[in-house]
Amino acid sequence: MNLAVAIGMTFPRHTVEVERGRLRFYAEVIGEEAPRFTDVDAAAEAGYPDLPVPPAFLFCLEMARPGDRFGYLQHLGIDLRKVLHGEQRFDYHAMAFAGDTLIFDTRITDAYEKKGGALGFLVRSTHVTRAGAPIADLTSTIVVTR
Amino acid sequence: MKLEIPTITRTTLALYAGASGDHNPMHIDLDVARSAGLPDVFAHGMLSMAYLGRLLTDLVDQGRIRTYAVRFTAVTPVHAKPVCTAVVTKVENGLTYLDLTVTTEEGTQTLTGQAIIEGEL
Repeated sequence: MNLAVAIGMTFPRHTVEVERGRLRFYAEVIGEEAPRFTDVDAAAEAGYPDLPVPPAFLFCLEMARPGDRFGYLQHLGIDLRKVLHGEQRFDYHAMAFAGDTLIFDTRITDAYEKKGGALGFLVRSTHVTRAGAPIADLTSTIVVTR
Repeated sequence: MKLEIPTITRTTLALYAGASGDHNPMHIDLDVARSAGLPDVFAHGMLSMAYLGRLLTDLVDQGRIRTYAVRFTAVTPVHAKPVCTAVVTKVENGLTYLDLTVTTEEGTQTLTGQAIIEGEL
């Protein structure tokens, strides 16, 4: 496996419309009980235009790309069963809300090995925008074990 | 500041797979986990980040969170009971820095991280 070939690889841009139903389902599953995450009136009381996208949910929206979301790993010869999520970073520029149309631009920005090649690392960076304005930058480090 | 999470069941993992869109079978399909030599499925790292995110948005207005960054230091086994913590480490130049952890009831640290908040708590 040669992970270095992945550096610079870009993913097709994808566009996601943030849906209230998805946000409510996510809030329920993670045990989020603050009403502003599920109730539009409570969100309005908090000063929000609609239900807010919780801090970690942008990662889920990034995954909402069409087709096989793990296909790029297979393309690189990586067995999905050998993959772990190593690190995750979010740098926020503005909050996102239900009804927003968000655009995700993703590329592989780094790839390296440790422990004599026993562990491989892929760094994926995603820039999220809404109508051209920055919403967040996501940085994900994927660990490939052998 | 602390948030205690109930036991992560197989149902939690199945529902989180659906809600998050992360359908990696290593988290929901025992057969696939065993085929990789593991004794059982394990939780999505991002589930812990979601729990910890609850603690953050309980503490501060979400619009003030500048950065939320974590390292997953161990897998979270099914049936774990995670405890999330946040501790202020410094306030500097109008920003508050928090150290974050998630630890299972048995004492295994599964996540460490940092959040940077605009203003003070």
